[in-house]
Amino acid sequence: MSTSALDPALASGPTVPAATPPGRLRQRQWLATLATAMRLGRTRVGLGIVVIMVLIALLGPLFAPHSPTAFVGIPNSGPGGHAVFGTDYVGRDVLSRFLNGGRSVLGLAVASTAVGILLGLLVGLSAAYAGGLVDEVLMRISDVFLAFPQIVFALLLVSAFGPKLWLLVLTVGISHAPRVARVMRGAAQQVVERDFIKAAEAVGESRWRILFSELLPNVTSPLLVETGLRLTYSIGLVAGLSFLGFGLQPPNADWGLMINENRVSITVQPWGVVLPVVAIALLTVGTNLMADGIARAAIGLDRRES
Amino acid sequence: MTTAEQTTPRVPVNIRELRIALSGSDNDIVDEITVEIAAGEVLGLVGESGSGKTTVGMALLGYCRPGGHVTGGAVVIDGTPLAELRDADLRGIRGTVVSYIPQDPGTALNPALRIRTQLFETLENHDELDDKARDARVREALEEVALPNDDEFLKRYPHQLSGGQQQRVAIAMAFAGRPKVIVCDEPTTGLDVTTQARVLETIRDLCRTHHVAALYVSHDLAVVADLADHVAVMYAGRIVEAGPRDQLFTASRHPYTARLLRAVPDIQGKRAVIGIRGRAPLPGHRPEGCFFVERCHLAAEQCHTAFPPAEQVGPQHRVRCYRWKDTAGSLPAGESGTPDVALSGEQVLTISSLNAKYGSRATLFDVNIGVGRGECVALVGESGSGKTTLARSISGLHRDWTGEVKLGDAVLETSARNRSADARRRIQYVFQNPYASLNPRRTIGQTLARQLQLFFPGARKEMSDRVSACLERVALSDAAINRFPDQLSGGERQRVAIARALAAEPELLVCDEVTSALDVSVQAAIVDLLRELRSEMGLSILFITHNLALIRTIADRVAVMTEGRIVELGPTERIFESPEAPYTRQLLDNTPSIEAALARVDPDA
Repeated sequence: MSTSALDPALASGPTVPAATPPGRLRQRQWLATLATAMRLGRTRVGLGIVVIMVLIALLGPLFAPHSPTAFVGIPNSGPGGHAVFGTDYVGRDVLSRFLNGGRSVLGLAVASTAVGILLGLLVGLSAAYAGGLVDEVLMRISDVFLAFPQIVFALLLVSAFGPKLWLLVLTVGISHAPRVARVMRGAAQQVVERDFIKAAEAVGESRWRILFSELLPNVTSPLLVETGLRLTYSIGLVAGLSFLGFGLQPPNADWGLMINENRVSITVQPWGVVLPVVAIALLTVGTNLMADGIARAAIGLDRRES
Repeated sequence: MTTAEQTTPRVPVNIRELRIALSGSDNDIVDEITVEIAAGEVLGLVGESGSGKTTVGMALLGYCRPGGHVTGGAVVIDGTPLAELRDADLRGIRGTVVSYIPQDPGTALNPALRIRTQLFETLENHDELDDKARDARVREALEEVALPNDDEFLKRYPHQLSGGQQQRVAIAMAFAGRPKVIVCDEPTTGLDVTTQARVLETIRDLCRTHHVAALYVSHDLAVVADLADHVAVMYAGRIVEAGPRDQLFTASRHPYTARLLRAVPDIQGKRAVIGIRGRAPLPGHRPEGCFFVERCHLAAEQCHTAFPPAEQVGPQHRVRCYRWKDTAGSLPAGESGTPDVALSGEQVLTISSLNAKYGSRATLFDVNIGVGRGECVALVGESGSGKTTLARSISGLHRDWTGEVKLGDAVLETSARNRSADARRRIQYVFQNPYASLNPRRTIGQTLARQLQLFFPGARKEMSDRVSACLERVALSDAAINRFPDQLSGGERQRVAIARALAAEPELLVCDEVTSALDVSVQAAIVDLLRELRSEMGLSILFITHNLALIRTIADRVAVMTEGRIVELGPTERIFESPEAPYTRQLLDNTPSIEAALARVDPDA
């Protein structure tokens, strides 16, 4: 034994971890970041707003007094009677359409965010890990995509292939990908040089495993921030595309579509526009506040106060 | 002492009962620090990382890092208590009365300013000097540190100088203001031994000529033995022993000092180094009684009650230990020499005419070396000699090389990815920095289980037993399984890294500077562990290091490397006793050694 040269008092059995400072077992990083974020006022307010809006979008249809496509009164009539917020431009109940119109916005936004994050993550991590030519090629292609404003890119594809929902998700997702890729590449570049990546290479771990089992857990904080941010943009984009007529088609209920349908009669019956506008605004502001809170927690901006 | 000093009893540095605590808590970083340094004297302040030595050094400059503040005692520099000075006055005395030599001149010098500008800045507070006098002073200061002082040199930027030159400039800056006190914070840590030897000599000479009181903060006992007149040893924020250099090194009374000295490998000595188990308690987690009690082999009941008071054990020699009388002789002599491993003569690794490049720059030239089964070969070289490139080429992490590397009889591919799984298993690499080589997001158990699963797939149920077995092999307990790397100390992490390598049942362990990020007491324990593993498992080791002293007790053969070439290769004893290559001799001469320093007759004494 290494300690055989010493008297028995010196060979005090297994070294460790008696000397480890007492402390709770550390959480996973992204959980820790979320926990820190939840201590910030902005995250709480954001989360509150988002929870309310998500509940409206998901459970709204259960509480709708009418069918979203049923004609319940004279077009553009004001609040009153069985239409609490009046009727829209063809005489359907505004409240029922509002309660039914959230699911599509939320669903499409979440789906396209997922597509964008996954794609961007894959590109960003691969570029950072491979380096050299692969990095160059991937990032220059990203730059080309970045040159298009997101809405223009989406319009280009959707107008070429027609308004299909899967295409909407895909285009919004793809337009997010290069932005996500840049951030994730930057975050991963700081990690790929660390020795534990080399250690994984030396024992022959597959590239795939190195990317997702060694690298990814070390970049969860920026990933979390990026997800929140992309969700915010997705909501705006999806609602915008619906407004332009490339999302859900009439007579379906959809917040973006509602704004478009009722904008002509805004002076006579504002509720058909106001309700979806406020809803979309609250949803984006809410997700943005959350993303901001997470970002602050991730970089430790408010650590000193806590 | 001269008569002049007796009539003016004010010493340049006088620290009384200094206490620095963490802001907002009662936990002290350092406490009860009492230090005096006379003019022309060097005090070596020794301690391991986290002992508070830098905090004390900074206190001499009237500086506390954020999060700490002075809560008691006084720092009196040249008769002026620093606590009574306003910020502006404090700035005024820095550089004129007390100055500082930083650890890393690469970051301490402003890369955007010329040497001349930076040297002049240090003289700004000297109103008595006009521009001409300042210019003369700057040139004089450069001459004192043996740098050129012509206009061409003064016009250079820091990046146009070597590391050693940068440190000399930093020293010139510190001495240019003719201060009474100088604080050196490990100024040679980043330097090669040859450069280090010259820098130390410069500091010693300048302190003598200008009668400067110097505080030399270092973790390196050999350097302190070389330089200091008095030595103070810090442990967990307290000075546990202080005294004249020779007293302290030859008749140390505190068990910690004695153990620390046993942990330092000495280039002159052949005895094995012995580490100290456990680690120093952090502020807020210190035990009642003596802070060293948990690691002390002499700990008695009394030691658990209160921190021992300082006792005078010799002229100017003070110790804070209840059992100081028992320290001497309580440590066994220790084994010497390398472990007895029967070498079969069979080669595990054979490298022939290996050349390697980094980009367009060639870094290795015609390297030929072999490692026999059960043998430990040490590869010694200074930074930039190419030793890490060689290690990485062997393990297939560096791909840009030509030549032949044979593992047993099989010729290896250049890149680890192209090698067979078996080849990758048989060579395992242990990295220099255990803080970077373990994935911070995985528990120790997960890391080890992955390695086992990769090479010896097995049922999940058995896995935890196998992981425990891995940990046991490196003397870690099961409790480590669920911990993350940042919950372990540096030494514990390095043990985990070694456990991970051993989990693959390798034939060859490539250890790349595995101890250079660790404290001496921990370094000794790791070296010890490797020795033991070698004799138990018949492991072959390629041990790469810049520290010559370290390998004397572990290696069978030594290869000395410089500028990408192996200049000398031979049995360890032969290399140390009769080095042939001039470079080896130079390395041996410049490596600081406690025994050599104590043996040397001081010219001024």
